[in-house]
Amino acid sequence: MDREERYFQPDIECAEPEVLREIQSKRLREMAARCYDHVPFYRRKFDELGIKPEDIRSIDDIVKLPFTYKTDLRDHFPYGLVAVPKEEVVRVHASSGTTGKQTVVAYTQHDIDVWADGAARALAAAGCTKSDYVHVSYGYGLFTGGLGLHYGAEKLGAAAIPVSSGNTKRQVQILQDFGSNILCCTPSYAAYIGETCREMGVDTTKIPLRAGLFGAEAWSEGMRENIERLLNIDAYDIYGLSEIAGPGVAYECREKQGLHVCEDYFYPEIIDPDTGEVLPDGEYGELVFTCIGKEALPLIRYRTRDISALVREKCACGRTVARLKKLKGRTDDMLIIRGVNVFPSQVEYVLTEMGLEPNYLIVVDREGALDTMEVQVEMTPKMFSDSVKDIESYERRLAAAMQSTLNIAANVKLVAPKSLSRSEGKAQRVIDRRKI
Amino acid sequence: MSVQQLSVFVENKQGGLAEVTRALAQEKINILALSIADTTDYGVLRMIVDRPEEAAEILKAQNAAVALTDVLAVKMPNHPGGLDGAVQALSKENIGIEYMYAFVCPLPGEACMVFRVEDREKAGKVLEDAGYLQLVTSDLYER
Repeated sequence: MDREERYFQPDIECAEPEVLREIQSKRLREMAARCYDHVPFYRRKFDELGIKPEDIRSIDDIVKLPFTYKTDLRDHFPYGLVAVPKEEVVRVHASSGTTGKQTVVAYTQHDIDVWADGAARALAAAGCTKSDYVHVSYGYGLFTGGLGLHYGAEKLGAAAIPVSSGNTKRQVQILQDFGSNILCCTPSYAAYIGETCREMGVDTTKIPLRAGLFGAEAWSEGMRENIERLLNIDAYDIYGLSEIAGPGVAYECREKQGLHVCEDYFYPEIIDPDTGEVLPDGEYGELVFTCIGKEALPLIRYRTRDISALVREKCACGRTVARLKKLKGRTDDMLIIRGVNVFPSQVEYVLTEMGLEPNYLIVVDREGALDTMEVQVEMTPKMFSDSVKDIESYERRLAAAMQSTLNIAANVKLVAPKSLSRSEGKAQRVIDRRKI
Repeated sequence: MSVQQLSVFVENKQGGLAEVTRALAQEKINILALSIADTTDYGVLRMIVDRPEEAAEILKAQNAAVALTDVLAVKMPNHPGGLDGAVQALSKENIGIEYMYAFVCPLPGEACMVFRVEDREKAGKVLEDAGYLQLVTSDLYER
């Protein structure tokens, strides 16, 4: 494989910081004016804070602007925050709605182009070229995954294979028959496709697949190694959320040292979720985006509820844009068990550290006043023995590793191999019975 | 000298055991002996079957977790104190027994005992010296 670094838009991706700042400042000024003029919700917010669009002169003034929350999108469902006339809207997507009512996102042609730029930059950073086949196993539909990578691949000049999700054996067949070079799907589905290859006796060293872009879920380094081993590829993280655009808001390069943000379109901040204060670079907090490059739904300081940190040093790949540290998960995914914050990705980390596949189910319940946490883990040939003593000692090691990573005791329950459901999209890893 | 034992992980849920027995029945695997070690969440089903390696493959194809282990099997004389003699002999040599189970020997008038011990070779010798006959897989069924 050639190791020459590839960019889609090097003028931006490797721009001098001052050049980028100028672009950001100009776009923020325009955006503030547009929001004030065309979105009653934002006009009211500006007025309440006593600010006028003219107060926004440079990107540094962003801290004067109000936050936008997911509930704001819901309260103005479906098109209440759209800043352009209907005839300029060319596409509508919606969030998965897993945490409540769906939120709708509208796009102009310009927005679609912006998004495709992001996805094309991500593909290029993963080594994708015009002569590659991009196998898109994200779902096509209201979910942004499928069409996002599809348009990105076409914009780059590669060939998109719109497989969509599901029918995993067929996915494996197409990987072989169509000679797919780049795979795009959720990390949990990538692992499942990898497992299916193994079960079907497909030698992944003999297929042309060489890289994958996996997103829409927080995943651990252990999961990366697992996918890379199963599919014999390089696995890259890609970040996006429908409210902002879709996959391609940020992406990893071959250094795998954080996700490069398309900050000419989506300006990132990390804030303290409790106080709203901007945190210094390198500190973990809530990720906030301002869609400075978008027309139809130009969200201001949108609270993503994702936990990450920003790094602004130039990357070894040559890119100068800010990087997000690997995301820890969404605050929505965070469980508070006996007062301790627990992310499902931490369980995934423990399992892969112990050489197990990242298939698990967390069941949280309450006995009396006490929260209980059970982690169901599939029995594997490696763990199994005719001796209950040996199995129990393995269980204890697993439980001890959980305790040291999660800072909370979890009851490990071994279940039959392959009995936990495999996901074709976003994996369901948690059952919280406390809410029922 | 030893007998091959097949162990299977059985989750403690409705139909968990039935999946295993059905798969073996369909492929006409004969079970000569079995014991289950059970915990709250799962059991370990241990069996002596006529075609252990084939049975292991059948169950693996059904996604079961299986293990093949060599265990010590001896003939037990059918009279009071038959088992005691064997256990005493092992105890005297400080050989711990992890688990054991009995089954009816295909040879008339005899019983068989499976012992899972740390040092199988040594335990076998101790029992032979105490007058117990060790069995190999082929003693248990006809090829």
